[in-house]
Amino acid sequence: MLVYVALMVGAAVCAAQAVRAQKLLASVLWLAGVSVLLSIVFYLMGAAQIAVIELSVGAGLITVLFVFAISLAGDEGLEAPPIVPRSIAGLLVAFAVALLGLQILPFPAVEQAGATAPFAEVLWQERGLDVLVQLVLIFVGVVGVLGLIGHPQEAADELEEIEGGISDVVSHEYSPAGRPEPDGHRPLRPVDYPQPD
Amino acid sequence: MGIGLYGLLITRNLIKLVIVLQVLVKMALLALVAAGYATGQVNLGQSLAVTVLVADTVVAVIGLALAVQVRQRLGTLDVTQLSELRK
Repeated sequence: MLVYVALMVGAAVCAAQAVRAQKLLASVLWLAGVSVLLSIVFYLMGAAQIAVIELSVGAGLITVLFVFAISLAGDEGLEAPPIVPRSIAGLLVAFAVALLGLQILPFPAVEQAGATAPFAEVLWQERGLDVLVQLVLIFVGVVGVLGLIGHPQEAADELEEIEGGISDVVSHEYSPAGRPEPDGHRPLRPVDYPQPD
Repeated sequence: MGIGLYGLLITRNLIKLVIVLQVLVKMALLALVAAGYATGQVNLGQSLAVTVLVADTVVAVIGLALAVQVRQRLGTLDVTQLSELRK
C-alpha cells in the first residue's frame, strides 16, 4: 500500500510540475515522468499489458512527438496572465473535486468477479467493437495529420510539373501521326534518336 | 484529475493545452484500471484503457499538428490572440 501511495504522490508532483513549468520542454519531460510512474502502478495492479503500452506510447512516442512539435513551433513560454484568474480556477477545481468525492466516497463494497477471461480474449472478442473504433480513430488521425501538415498547393504544383514532363516525353517520342486512332488504337512510330557524330 | 482541470483553466499556450489534456486523460486511465482492479476484472479495465489511450494519442497528434500549423501561419500559440482573430 505504501508503494502505491508513494507512486501516486510522485505522479501528482510530476503532473503539477508539468502544469507549472514555464518551458514547454520541461513540461513534456514532467509528463513523461507521470507516464513512467503510472505504468509502474499499472504493473503492480496486474495490468501488465496496459503498463507496457503506456510506457512505450505515453512515455516514448508522445514525448518524441511533443519534442518534434516544440522544435518546429518554438519553446516560447507565455508570461501573460491566464484567462481565468488562478484563485477562481482553484475554487472551481476544488468544487469539482468535492462533487466527485461526494459521488464516489465512501467506496462501496464491490463484489469480486470470479475467473476472468484473458486479456486477448476480452479485447478481441468481448470488446471487438472497441477495436474497430480504434482502427477508425487511427485512420482519422492519419488523414487529419496529412491534411494539416501536407501542403496541398505544393503537391498540386509538383503533380502539374510531373504531368508536364510526361506530356513532353510523349510528344517527343511520338510523331503527331502517332496520336490515338478514334478506336483507341495507338500505332507506334519509329523514333528518331539523335545519332552521335 | 484536479491538477489537469486546473491546468486547462489557466493555460494559454496551445501546445501546453495538449500537455495538460494528456495529464487529465492519464488520470482517467488510472481510474479505469483501478476500477478493474477493485472489481477483479483487470483485463476488462485494461481493454477499456487501451481504447482511451488510442483516442488520447490521436487527439494529441492532431492537436500538435494543428498547433504547428497555427504557429507557422499566424505566428502565435496564444489562444487569447487566436480567439481575437474572428473579430
